[in-house]
Amino acid sequence: MVNRETEPIFWTLFSAGGVVAALFLPIQLFIFAFAVPLGWMHAPGYDSLRVLAHSPITRLYLFVLCSLPLFHFAHRFRYTLYDGLQIKHLNEVVFFGCYGIAILGTVAAAYLMLIL
Amino acid sequence: MSSHGHAATPAPTSSAQSHAPSSAYTEFHPRWYRPKISTYWWLGKWAYVKFILRELSSVAVAWTVALILAQVWSLIRSPKAYSQFARVMSSPWMIALNVVAFAFLLLHSITWFNLAPKAMAVRVGGKRLPAVLISGPQYLAWIVISAIVLAIVISRG
Amino acid sequence: MAQTIQLRVSRYSPERDTEPYFQTYEVPVKEEWVILDALNYIKDKVDGTLTFRWSCRMGICGSCGYMVNNEPKLGCATFLTQYAPGPITIEPLKNFPVVRDLVVEITEFLEKLKKVKPWLIHDDGNGAGEYLQTPDQLEEFRQHSMCINCLLCYAACPISGLDPIFIGPAALALAHRYNKDSRDQGSAERMAVLSHPEGIWGCTFVGECTRVCPKHVDPAGAIQQYKLAGAIDGIKQFLMPWGQRQEKQ
Repeated sequence: MVNRETEPIFWTLFSAGGVVAALFLPIQLFIFAFAVPLGWMHAPGYDSLRVLAHSPITRLYLFVLCSLPLFHFAHRFRYTLYDGLQIKHLNEVVFFGCYGIAILGTVAAAYLMLIL
Repeated sequence: MSSHGHAATPAPTSSAQSHAPSSAYTEFHPRWYRPKISTYWWLGKWAYVKFILRELSSVAVAWTVALILAQVWSLIRSPKAYSQFARVMSSPWMIALNVVAFAFLLLHSITWFNLAPKAMAVRVGGKRLPAVLISGPQYLAWIVISAIVLAIVISRG
Repeated sequence: MAQTIQLRVSRYSPERDTEPYFQTYEVPVKEEWVILDALNYIKDKVDGTLTFRWSCRMGICGSCGYMVNNEPKLGCATFLTQYAPGPITIEPLKNFPVVRDLVVEITEFLEKLKKVKPWLIHDDGNGAGEYLQTPDQLEEFRQHSMCINCLLCYAACPISGLDPIFIGPAALALAHRYNKDSRDQGSAERMAVLSHPEGIWGCTFVGECTRVCPKHVDPAGAIQQYKLAGAIDGIKQFLMPWGQRQEKQ
């Protein structure tokens, strides 16, 4: 699966995911992992959150926010395992493991955004 | 005296010849020393440690995505499920874990914006743009986007 | 300033040893002396069996690369006083097979260099005269043309050690240098070699190569730019395999 035809595509996904992750993820985590649970800001109520999440723009935003960074992770983690642990013999396993997670996450995100 | 001599013995090949290895026999060379690279090679230098940490930030990225998916899932199910999610998010170990994850997210963003200028050799009027003119706007976009998202969530509070 | 400094030099004789060991020498310190002066002092006055490569002693031939205190350095460009009071540890360049003492085997690198076709690829022009190139066009690739093939970048690049087939920083930077040269028409030909898991895609942008390069070639930057070009090219090929392409081999 890793050959000269496919590698540019994976790298592009990695780059796009990296940009999305860099710009949008920190504030997302900050709000919902610190600001809301620690009471730094008024927690949005369940109903208003559902209304916000239901809007098609939000759903599209969340879908991109979830899927692209996962491909960023897959590519980077694949290389980290390959280089860091030197497990070349497990190359196929690592590849399908990493991208499997990314694809599963993307499918889950798509499903959730559709039924939201 | 100069020891500029040859280390290996391959005979000079003419440019017309391909560089395929000789098939008839293996050319002699003195026994080379080839050390094996340890699994902990990356601990050998601070630069390598920084590199591996940067690469491991991708795990924090995946973790954050998992949290978002979990949040959306609980939002879909019921108010009870969502408040259960909120309770887990306020538990001390979750907060501690997310502090680490947040630190890695910041590491990712900062290294990403700082490295982006290297990949783009933008030339204006024959001279290369200074790196800060490429990374600066990205930092600005980061701040603006974060402010917008924060404003949206606050306004629905 | 101290009178002498200790040098711990890696010794290895393929006939006698199974692995390298360190030998310590006491070397006088002069303000203007570099590692190479110290090594030549040892070879002249103390131990004639010490073997190392060097030539121009002024940072242009690329022969005298060694690991100095675990950092790839040119022997002719590294001052002894920088390491006072010492000791200084000198080993052969990392990520290469050691032939003897500080001499490493670089044939594999030369093969990789040939693979990227580091020369101008162009049609003959039918004797139309010289190539014309503006200073701006020169500036596009000038930085990457400064490479002296000293291989410090290969010693610094962890991928070069972990993956012997990886083409490596210097070769990739030189390929980029020729692609960016306005006189060259060989981008597509090189792309075939380089857009490969062991070519540009093997690089994970550690960045050490650029940091250690004595000529400021910035191979890391060259490779990242190449990745961008390779990605655009690869996607174009994926979406439009029948599309107009430059001479593809």
